[in-house]
Amino acid sequence: MSETPPVIKVRDLVVGFGTQTVLDHLDMDVRPSEILGVVGASGAGKSVLLRTIIGLIPRREGSIEVLGKDLDRVDENERRALERRWGVLFQQGALFSSLTVKQNVQFPMRENLDISQRLMDEMAYAKLELVGLSPRDGEKFPSELSGGMTKRVALARALALDPEIVFLDEPTSGLDPISAGDFDELIRTLQQTLEITVFMVTHDLESLYNACDRIAVLADGKVAAEGTISVMLESQHPWVKMYFQGKRGSSLADRELTQ
Amino acid sequence: MGEALLTQKLVGDRLELVAGGSWTAPYAGELETEIDRVAGGPSGAKSTKTTDVSIDMGGVRELDTFGAWLLERLTRQWTGAGRDAVVVGLPQHGADLVEEMHGVNREPPPPAPRHNPIVSVLAAIGRGTTGFAGSFHTFAQMLGETGLAAARVLVRPSEYRLTSTVHQFDRVALQAVPIIALITFLIGAILAQQGIFHFRKFGAELYAVDLVGILVLREIGVLIVAIMVAGRSGSSYTAELGSMKMREEIDALRTMGFDPVEVLVLPRIIVLVLALPALTFLGSMAALYGGGIVAWLYGGMSPDIYIARLTDAISLTHFKVGMIKAPFMGLVIGLVACAEGLRVKGSAESLGIQTTKSVVESIFMVIVLDGLFAIFFASIGM
Repeated sequence: MSETPPVIKVRDLVVGFGTQTVLDHLDMDVRPSEILGVVGASGAGKSVLLRTIIGLIPRREGSIEVLGKDLDRVDENERRALERRWGVLFQQGALFSSLTVKQNVQFPMRENLDISQRLMDEMAYAKLELVGLSPRDGEKFPSELSGGMTKRVALARALALDPEIVFLDEPTSGLDPISAGDFDELIRTLQQTLEITVFMVTHDLESLYNACDRIAVLADGKVAAEGTISVMLESQHPWVKMYFQGKRGSSLADRELTQ
Repeated sequence: MGEALLTQKLVGDRLELVAGGSWTAPYAGELETEIDRVAGGPSGAKSTKTTDVSIDMGGVRELDTFGAWLLERLTRQWTGAGRDAVVVGLPQHGADLVEEMHGVNREPPPPAPRHNPIVSVLAAIGRGTTGFAGSFHTFAQMLGETGLAAARVLVRPSEYRLTSTVHQFDRVALQAVPIIALITFLIGAILAQQGIFHFRKFGAELYAVDLVGILVLREIGVLIVAIMVAGRSGSSYTAELGSMKMREEIDALRTMGFDPVEVLVLPRIIVLVLALPALTFLGSMAALYGGGIVAWLYGGMSPDIYIARLTDAISLTHFKVGMIKAPFMGLVIGLVACAEGLRVKGSAESLGIQTTKSVVESIFMVIVLDGLFAIFFASIGM
């Protein structure tokens, strides 16, 4: 498994703002077709890491390779082609508020593919149904959606071009536990059918247990611990210990283990 | 790439399709034409000759939801016509995808909302009219609420937000000084140049000074400043309050027991009421200065003569007329800007619409107000 080249390879990454260093010589690999959960204390730089990988935040040092391409060495066209191969679900959904749900999902298709309106409509409805929405929701505007629906539409838009990697920034935050559980399951199913790699920033312990193959813990600007949930439970790192063996973590662990 | 996505072969009355290449999003356009050609062709789904179809997917290198859906659409066209469609050679991963696509698009898509053109024109007119009436309504409401908040603050002056006022005054008045001085200076200069150029034809160049003095002090100074402030600060008030509304900050204030009008609107409006006279004074002086420079350099009128002529031509009344108008214009700009800001709804588009409306309406109101003042001053002989 570890012999196959990683989908995302981050080496020696340094990112900071002003005098503050957020990520300090960080190394990380994301393997093909896995769901990697990235956790860490608030302000540990999880979202910064995600935004740096997709190129929204400049880095001071280090290299990032996505799908075998070094982001420093690609030209404009290659970069655009690369961006078509990943989809991003932003924390607040980031739906275009002046477009309907259907138009939001169709936006990447319209810009990048040369396909008929009929196929575009059918694909938009198909994606909406994949994420558990009905075609009737297609005519709604983002301001008319609930939090859970917004996340689903944002996921449908992230999946619009059948990306190879999906970046999820706190996909279950702000959802009730049942919706969050459904969302975890949805991500799991989609990952299996579409064979995508998922990079998920999360705070949700349930998501880590139910959806993630592997977990990376960010602390002090580095990856402090990395591995499956059982590795996490045995880790001696103080923050990891507190996180997974704290009150909320251990009750979940007990439940999962007895099942 | 060069591989055929779909080739067809007729075996007896059975159509055999062999798929190849990449059935993925980048090739979806091409693939769709192929599929429509096969399905609608002489031996397609609707023809009477063929009965069944088989599709060999063994040669397909890549398959994604686009390809899987198009395959599903192809088989649906055959099964829909009561024929048999068999898909062979699908790898496991592909079979899962096709299975996933099997359930989608079963119910007909919701019909696009239809509009009768006449009805929609009438509806647009109606909406425009009520919208126009609505803006007056919100303006009056904002005036009332601000008055109420001002009365509350008069009763308990300690609750007034002085820090916010000072901060806003810095943004609205002090930071506007350079641009307002420059613009009014140029306007004064242009007025003087035009006056001198045209009055020179009948030897009345000296009257250009009267023109500049009276026009600047009574009308141009205050109008230019009001329009500049409406564009500069009115728009920023609307955008600020609008985005605060979008991010529920206004609701948060309200739940904590604060009145948004008292906390956000009142200081802003008071600042405008104070800033406009100050900026008008400054602007008028800059305009007179600009006029003087042009009279000297272009009209050959020495500064001494310009000042002497100016003191003859204008009186304190002209100055007062301009200055009395200024605070009212500030009030109108502030009220319109804040009212429109609080009317912003969820979308970014609505923020843009309200900001445009705020600027257009406040400039319109400033000019209407100027007209009303002209009638008022004429009737009291000022």
